[in-house]
Amino acid sequence: MDLFEYQGKQYFARYGIAVSPGDVADTVEAAIAVAERVGYPVVVKAQVKVGGRGKAGGVKLANNVDEVRTHAGNILGLDIKGHVVRRLWIERSSDIAKEYYASFTLDRPNKTHLGMLSAQGGVEIEIVAEENPEAIAFLSIDPVRGLDLATSRRWVAEAELDEVAREQTAELLVKLYDCYTEGDCDLAEINPLILTPEGVVHALDAKVTLDENASFRHPEWEAFREDEFEDPREKMAKAKGLNYIGLDGTVGIIANGAGLAMSTLDVVNQVGGTAANFLDIGGGANADVMAAALELINADPKVKSIFVNIFGGITRVDEVAQGVLEALERVKITSPIVLRLDGTNAEAGRALLAPHVSANLMTEPTMLDAARRAVALAK
Amino acid sequence: MSIFVDEHTKVIVQGLTGGQGRFHGLRNRDYGTQVVGGVTPGKGGADVEGIPVFNSVREAVDATGASASFVVVPPKFAANAIIEAAEGGITFIVCITEGIPARDEAVTYNRLVEEFPGVRLLGPNCPGIISPGKCNIGITSGDIALAGGPVGIVSRSGTLTYQALHELSQQGVGQTTCVGIGGDPVPGTNFIDCLAAFQADPETKAVMMIGEIGGSEEERAAEWIKLNMTKPVVAYVAGVTAPPGRKMGHAGAIISGSKGTAQAKMEALRDAGVHVCANPTEAGAKMVDIVRAM
Repeated sequence: MDLFEYQGKQYFARYGIAVSPGDVADTVEAAIAVAERVGYPVVVKAQVKVGGRGKAGGVKLANNVDEVRTHAGNILGLDIKGHVVRRLWIERSSDIAKEYYASFTLDRPNKTHLGMLSAQGGVEIEIVAEENPEAIAFLSIDPVRGLDLATSRRWVAEAELDEVAREQTAELLVKLYDCYTEGDCDLAEINPLILTPEGVVHALDAKVTLDENASFRHPEWEAFREDEFEDPREKMAKAKGLNYIGLDGTVGIIANGAGLAMSTLDVVNQVGGTAANFLDIGGGANADVMAAALELINADPKVKSIFVNIFGGITRVDEVAQGVLEALERVKITSPIVLRLDGTNAEAGRALLAPHVSANLMTEPTMLDAARRAVALAK
Repeated sequence: MSIFVDEHTKVIVQGLTGGQGRFHGLRNRDYGTQVVGGVTPGKGGADVEGIPVFNSVREAVDATGASASFVVVPPKFAANAIIEAAEGGITFIVCITEGIPARDEAVTYNRLVEEFPGVRLLGPNCPGIISPGKCNIGITSGDIALAGGPVGIVSRSGTLTYQALHELSQQGVGQTTCVGIGGDPVPGTNFIDCLAAFQADPETKAVMMIGEIGGSEEERAAEWIKLNMTKPVVAYVAGVTAPPGRKMGHAGAIISGSKGTAQAKMEALRDAGVHVCANPTEAGAKMVDIVRAM
């Protein structure tokens, strides 16, 4: 789950990382109230989960109440690359002497954590990495040992941060590492991490991605889930516990397992069709899950046919077949369903469906055959 | 021959008394696997259809001489179960659990490397390993595999592992071992571990490899193949049509920026001399051709 900037800053604050004083506002009046409270000048910032908001006019400096009113009014409702701004973050403006970059993420090839620190922040780190890789100090961190202050001190020196910023940054990085690990982040990034003319280091932005597998130990994440989904289909899927991504095609896809679901998309594409979605019903899916999946796909008006591709392992095919039949009893499925069933208890599953086969419910022996049939029906 | 497991492998099931553990543990035994015990804290002394249950891995190993463990416990207990297996004397751990936090996986992997260098972890979030006719640890349906070789299979995706087995078995082409390494960000066993084992196994004559978007394991495998592999390799990479920036189910399956695309992986594999196919069926057919021409 990607967090909004304001959520990221709230998360940073839990771990003692200094951020600018500020608050969220959903209306112009609320924006003015925050500005009056934190003191001028303030920065009015659009809260969208997409880069390039500054260039799109989503970040403005306001020196007084009138400017806050103007900017907040202009930014609320602004469309930034398809993301409509519904919420603002208003914070006290900071004078900037230097901009740095700091982040932690998983180094998958090395199976360790990776810290990146640069004295050249404020710009896209990918560009720095490409054009001037020696400007980034990389630190490989053993997940068992973690990051201690002594190592962090050596790291800020290696990154050649300004002397005055080093001790503060070293301490901040240990806190950011705690936030990244204890806080179960896939990514914790500060860009820019600033040094003010007064010699104070703090986070001016926050980019945080949470590892949803760790939700069970973070009840506080519930607050972040509001406004998480833009696509109503995805919101509905989440409510039903389904792993769904909305796409633009006409063949609804239901598969068990992420790999098979991806492969199903590929095969539909190869035989000349387009997928309406990615939907992995997961391991151990039962009748209820299958019924919920069919209902979800049925609610998508673009769908012209539904391809159910199941290879049972931990998932038992007879339960999946039962789910299809239950769903057909519960709701009117408007598109024809093509099933391909193999694996654990596949014989029993096919036998369950056999008496119900019709022009709206059919089985095919292979994945390719089923893809061709579903694509033909969608045309 | 097979890799990592064979007909002599004695297996315990951590979580045997749970719904999934019972179903798959018994299925593994029915297949002919030597499932010699189960572990559930507090349920020692009980049995599951004749399989004795122990309170700890250590007790189970002492009583049965097991060397392998099948970990099928919920995500919040999985990391501890893996470490308990290693501490208890298990040397081959198969963890099928889906949904373990990446931080737990990173810590567990590094603890195994540092404290238990002789232990191999397969998974988490994988279908397990099957050596047809000899041993099946995990959730793979035994009837889709065919004994006798000569193909080794290694796959990052669970259901596509079954698909690969199915494509070959239907054509009468058997497998030496089929390993599902799983789609999580920190897999205990990777493509190269399996490719190296297959290269060293005299009965494996060719290898089928199933990759997917995300990470760089396929690219690394391609490099390794280029330098070390003399046996033919057929590959399929899932996710050609996956949109960037969206996690496709597996925690590891995500295209970030220009990295991790199926196209880049296929190119790297092709460059290493691998037969890259557009879908699992084509990959199966290609492998059948290769085997028949041997």
